[in-house]
Amino acid sequence: MSLLSPSTEGRTGAFLNRTELAGTVVLALFIFVVLPLVLDPFRLNMFGKYLTYAFVAVGLVLCWGAGGILSLGQGVFFGLGGYALAMFLKLEASTPEATKIQSTPGIPDFMDWNQITQLPLWWQPFHSLGFSLVAVVAVPVFFAFVIGTAMFRRRVGGVYFSIITQAIAAILTILIIGQQGYTGGVNGITDLRTLKGWDIRPDGAKEVLYFVNAALLFVCLAIAQLIRRSKLGRLLIAMRDQEDRVRFSGYDVASLKIFIFCVGAAFAAIGGAMFTLQVGFMSPTFVGIVPSIEMVIFCAVGGRNSLIGAVWGTLLVNWAKTAFSETFPELWQFGLGALFIAVVLVFPNGLAGIWTTHVAPVLARLLARGESKSTTPAE
Amino acid sequence: MSRKISLPPAFAAPSRRGFLAGASALGATLFLPKNLRAADYPTAAVNTTGLAVTDTEATIGILHSVTGTMAISETGSVQAEKLAVEQINAQGGVLGRKIKVVQEDGASDWPTFAEKAKKLLVDDKVCSVMGCWTSASRKAVLPVFEQYNGILYYPTFYEGLEQSHNVFYDGQEATQQIIAGLDWVTKTKGARSFYLLGSDYIWPRTSNKIARKHIEDKLGLEVVGEEYYPLGHTQFNSVINKIKLKKPDVIYAIVVGGSNVAFYKQLKAAGIDLTKEKPLLLTISVTEDEIRGIGGENIEGAYACMKYFQSLKNPNNEAFVKAFKAMWGQDMVIGDVTQAAYLGPWLWKAAVEKAGSFDVEKVIAASPGIELTTAPEGYVKIHENHHLWSKTRVGRALADGQYDVVWETPDLVEPNPFPAGYQ
Repeated sequence: MSLLSPSTEGRTGAFLNRTELAGTVVLALFIFVVLPLVLDPFRLNMFGKYLTYAFVAVGLVLCWGAGGILSLGQGVFFGLGGYALAMFLKLEASTPEATKIQSTPGIPDFMDWNQITQLPLWWQPFHSLGFSLVAVVAVPVFFAFVIGTAMFRRRVGGVYFSIITQAIAAILTILIIGQQGYTGGVNGITDLRTLKGWDIRPDGAKEVLYFVNAALLFVCLAIAQLIRRSKLGRLLIAMRDQEDRVRFSGYDVASLKIFIFCVGAAFAAIGGAMFTLQVGFMSPTFVGIVPSIEMVIFCAVGGRNSLIGAVWGTLLVNWAKTAFSETFPELWQFGLGALFIAVVLVFPNGLAGIWTTHVAPVLARLLARGESKSTTPAE
Repeated sequence: MSRKISLPPAFAAPSRRGFLAGASALGATLFLPKNLRAADYPTAAVNTTGLAVTDTEATIGILHSVTGTMAISETGSVQAEKLAVEQINAQGGVLGRKIKVVQEDGASDWPTFAEKAKKLLVDDKVCSVMGCWTSASRKAVLPVFEQYNGILYYPTFYEGLEQSHNVFYDGQEATQQIIAGLDWVTKTKGARSFYLLGSDYIWPRTSNKIARKHIEDKLGLEVVGEEYYPLGHTQFNSVINKIKLKKPDVIYAIVVGGSNVAFYKQLKAAGIDLTKEKPLLLTISVTEDEIRGIGGENIEGAYACMKYFQSLKNPNNEAFVKAFKAMWGQDMVIGDVTQAAYLGPWLWKAAVEKAGSFDVEKVIAASPGIELTTAPEGYVKIHENHHLWSKTRVGRALADGQYDVVWETPDLVEPNPFPAGYQ
């Protein structure tokens, strides 16, 4: 057992092993009970924002941690999901009454600034909430499918894949900024107000959105765990460690990779949509290379093999970012850099590494006490 | 213009002695403390909405990027705002209370701006915020200021098309900056054809839209080309070749940020000597701050159209430049936006003292009509639409990185963020 990584332990058939269960309960208590009790609405909303990045990090645990596919362009899917919902919200906010000051009332303000006089055809379907919600997931997944098919079928992998995803992030950013009449350009789509008449801006609404967001995150965690526990999950790890052997065994490696890449994209897109709802706007800053790499860092800090760790990593890095920058507005980036270096040097497996090597054994010993059979952990 | 006003004789070029005497007299009267005592304004009466005001202190926020790509531009604004706060405190503060500053970093990232704006308003309960630089950051914080009812003093010249209850726009909106300059270049320089050029985002596009309407519809002249390049673009050779082919009288350039360095260097390398004014280059985006990066020798001879230049000769400005350099270093330069940022705390102080209250609604209500005779750019006044009446000036770039002011509008130009006929 000792040679296997934590994610391949417990082939016992249980959905979660003991330490994972403990970790999940602690995380759920922290997110659903501790944070809402301790934080004021402003800070709670901020943690809600951080949790939207956790969707991406969880997707990365599947793609990168399990499947070995390092995507440096997850921001693309986060952004596409966010934009899909932002388009719906913007159309709802751009009623003819609210925009009567424009030369063409009834279209989003940035279109009016760019001398566009009627709503473009491809914006029309976003009048419908149902369509938009489907688009939030479908558009990024379709996009991921196209990218995945184009690359994995041709056996493009490893560092080449990472570089191409990064290029795609750069291209999409330039496209969004360049087509500002249709996308809002650098400013993004701002000033979103209501969702089907429900004002998303007051503190009460933010609180509701926080819990919806947290619940969705746990749904995604459950799906991710399901995948890791399934035969597919074991194939992914086999593929990560010895791709050729899996191929020789008769499995279609490309399909496996495309599937997991699409799942990662879907998670990221849900996160993006929740981000739009909680923050009230969407801009190309989330699509580019820098945020995409930041999201990989969240995942790395948490530990790329641990779903729960990815969530903690996201929360820790973002909280540190906010705390440092509020305390030292001119020096905070050095503090953040130091944190990353420390994590990589001291805890190469991230927060999850700390948990499995330092916390879990102690827990296990405590739990084992009283039981006749010893369940000593791997190390 | 609603009323006659007396201005300091900005360009009368007085003798040096007379000028100095004038300056010291002005300094004595302008910076004399008004001696408002906090005891006359009990905190319970001047702060009915729970802002961070005590018997001795009133808190305001500063929200600019001091890290990231915009830091190079926004640092000047932070410095100017801190200078203004220090000067106000030295005079006794606002309603007898010293101003305390909470500074936050927008980190050149628009969502961060929104987060920090909310933190300043909700957690710190600041009375007002001096902040933002790019339009994108302003658009990001705007809903926050409207929802939590804060006041933002925004220093940058910008595209207009906006008028928020919660924002005071200390820079010029597009029509103020553009129209006077175009009129000047046609009248004085006899320009007949224009080549419009800009970075690709809302401000250059909107500004060129206004410029094109003015050139074609109002002046009846010709635009021979209009092009945009992404922010950070560094290859301008193709557009420079087109300019050489089309031979416009004026290159109207709204290139922003780091791209400027490449643009002006390549223009020079391509053999276009701006000092010969064939074609003449008129920009609305290059302040003294940008010239530090471009290099004075590369842009010498270009004209810029904005409301403030560091070389402006009037006593207010002399005092301001001296104080700024004393606080932040002799090698500092001061651009248009830096000066506008300096106005923010002063305009807020004037509004608070006119209202006799720190309450946001009362300060906003008291603001229109407020005059500032101590502004380095000369006299300014807040319009009902929350923008400033201001003069527009044309400067000619010198090799030493400064501008020589060659022309200014005789009167203050009315701000008109929603110009009829220009949309």
